[in-house]
Amino acid sequence: MSAQLHHHAKPAPVGGPLVNAVTLTAGVLVLVMAVILLVRFVFGLGSVTDMNDGYPWGIWIVIDVMVGSAFACGGFSVAMLVYIFNKGEYHPLVRPALLASLFGYTLAGVGVVFDLGRYWNVWNMYWPWSVNLNSVMFEVAICITLYIVVMWIEFSPVVMEKFGLNSLKRKLGKYMFFIIALGTLLPMMHQSSLGTMWVVLGEQVHPLWQTPMVPLLFLLTAIIMGYAVVLFESCVASSAYRRSIEMHLLTPMAKVMLGVLAAYLVVRVGDLVMRGAFGTAFSLSLETFMFWLEMACFVAPFFIIGTEVQRRNPARLFIGGILLMLAGSILRINGYLIGYNTGGGYQYFPSVTEIMVTVGMFAVEVLGYIIITRRFPVLPRESAHA
Amino acid sequence: MTTRRDFLKGALAAGTIVGAGGTAPVQARETHKVPEEALGLLYDATLCVGCKACVAACKQANDNPAEFNTVDHLWDTPLDTSGDTFNIIKMYRNGTMETKDAETNGYAFMKVSCLHCGDPSCVSACPVSAMTKDPVTGIVKYNPDKCIGCRYCVLACPFGIPKYQFNDPFGRIGKCELCNHRHKDGHYSACAEVCPTGATLFGRTADLLAEAKRRLALKPGSVTTYPRGHLRHGQLKELLGQPAGQGRMERAGWKDEPNQNYEGVVGNYQQHVYGEKEYGGTQVLKLSGVPFEKVGMPKLPPYSSAATSETIQHTLYGGLLMPVAVLGALTWIAKRNVKPDEGDES
Repeated sequence: MSAQLHHHAKPAPVGGPLVNAVTLTAGVLVLVMAVILLVRFVFGLGSVTDMNDGYPWGIWIVIDVMVGSAFACGGFSVAMLVYIFNKGEYHPLVRPALLASLFGYTLAGVGVVFDLGRYWNVWNMYWPWSVNLNSVMFEVAICITLYIVVMWIEFSPVVMEKFGLNSLKRKLGKYMFFIIALGTLLPMMHQSSLGTMWVVLGEQVHPLWQTPMVPLLFLLTAIIMGYAVVLFESCVASSAYRRSIEMHLLTPMAKVMLGVLAAYLVVRVGDLVMRGAFGTAFSLSLETFMFWLEMACFVAPFFIIGTEVQRRNPARLFIGGILLMLAGSILRINGYLIGYNTGGGYQYFPSVTEIMVTVGMFAVEVLGYIIITRRFPVLPRESAHA
Repeated sequence: MTTRRDFLKGALAAGTIVGAGGTAPVQARETHKVPEEALGLLYDATLCVGCKACVAACKQANDNPAEFNTVDHLWDTPLDTSGDTFNIIKMYRNGTMETKDAETNGYAFMKVSCLHCGDPSCVSACPVSAMTKDPVTGIVKYNPDKCIGCRYCVLACPFGIPKYQFNDPFGRIGKCELCNHRHKDGHYSACAEVCPTGATLFGRTADLLAEAKRRLALKPGSVTTYPRGHLRHGQLKELLGQPAGQGRMERAGWKDEPNQNYEGVVGNYQQHVYGEKEYGGTQVLKLSGVPFEKVGMPKLPPYSSAATSETIQHTLYGGLLMPVAVLGALTWIAKRNVKPDEGDES
């Protein structure tokens, strides 16, 4: 059985105005970001961020890149469901998820450049005489670069449709299976490596997070966050565009998500117990508070969307999605910021200008998503659902 | 250590099975040792008088600007190492601060600069080989022309050594390179050159370790000979009561110096050469009268986290075997499930 045997609504542009309250707000936020970045490039990172030598990575890396790229795993999670596990019924979710992923990753890639202190040397990352094959960051960088290219190829039929390049689209279609396979492999590689990156920090990362199992933890949570983002986006898109919500797809997909979540919790708790690190979770500190908050956000969805009846309620799916997006984000923030301590009494809290750049990055994403879904065939044609 | 490595292997093997549906040989990467001819420093806190001549000499040798932390901006007063300060002397204070090198009611000094690890995390972390370890001298060097400023080295170092110049739009990473740039003229590390008491001593790490162990074996309060500046191999042999041997007093290439040995009182040492085993060994070694954790030196395991990180990385990506196998499987599955006219649902 292939994806094509299911009867789906063909994707179509949503249409409607591009200028409204949401796009104007997003536009202003993007402008604010541009001004802050201008200051950053003229006066250095210290002029607009609160990063310091004790916390050399701030939210521009941990949220914009680590969390941002995990939020952008919707395309990967859904494509894996449709093309690898052959659940063709989910096909209408692929394009919108892929679009969000494309934006998320492209922006994560751009966000890295804002944070690089010596960005003009970035070509060394791809220069065979400079690369360091032992570096986890090298693997992440190569893999993400490649994945961004792969995603643009995966998404290119949408652009070809819009401009009537049908023969080109058909030619590309013959090789799409390989692009899709590559597009499934690459996120597995770099999403897990984004976690492996904190292994080399050693004892500086609290034992609640420092584990050789971290690549698996990051991979599983990236998949979970991918589904969670699709739940979130579908709810927001249907409410914003006043479309009917694809409950017949979201309800069973949420069940798949809970399955992955259960597997994650088994690995997470099993690892803590096996390493004997669980005992450190019972003292009173910011680290342990954040650990329990993280765990609560991972466990709560079982009580909110644990039953089939609950999963038929869009509001519950929306909340479950948000909780899991939050849970995975807190895991990443915990390991790299809250649970990280290099000694020497350094403190870090993002400055207002630093936060406004992160906000600006998400605003670019929202703006891009609105413009493209309104003008390009991404979301399923509405009449078919009526 | 064995249990940790076994756990790592087990965890990775499990991950391998999950990831590829098969097994792959798991080879843990051992922690790299300090090279045989490695150069380093021996810092003996009991000899340090806290004059900070080494801090000033380091600034001069590395052409670094002064940092001001007082209102009057009169002289260089760095509070920690930074992108512009590669070496400082920190002070430990307790209670009445009456006795030097005493943990209670005492005070002590500690030199903070790069330890030049045998298996440095910064070198493993750096994606573009801007941080490298010299295969002969073992000096961890920085190349700003490759550095992309990602600051992963700053994050990775367990000693908090590489630092970044956050307030410069073209900021660099700053760290001690043992005055590598002065070696070609026969000079050695400026901090050791100027140290009046020989608290900071330059030499081969192997020689410095032997000298450190000689001191630990001495009776506190007794009198012994302390070298100053550059500890040469022949000099060490003399200190150990062995014949120095012909021509072993000078090492080829280093500038000539008079013998600056002097008689001093043996301190009350912690029986621990810091850096002998930490992270598998470092080239800069330290002796102290106050427990090392109290003077800001972290307690570290005898294996490096670079070894752990690279074991995981090469298990998953070694020879790209696993990614290619998984890609093959995914391609085969996707070919069955994706139709060439994908997207043309009508």
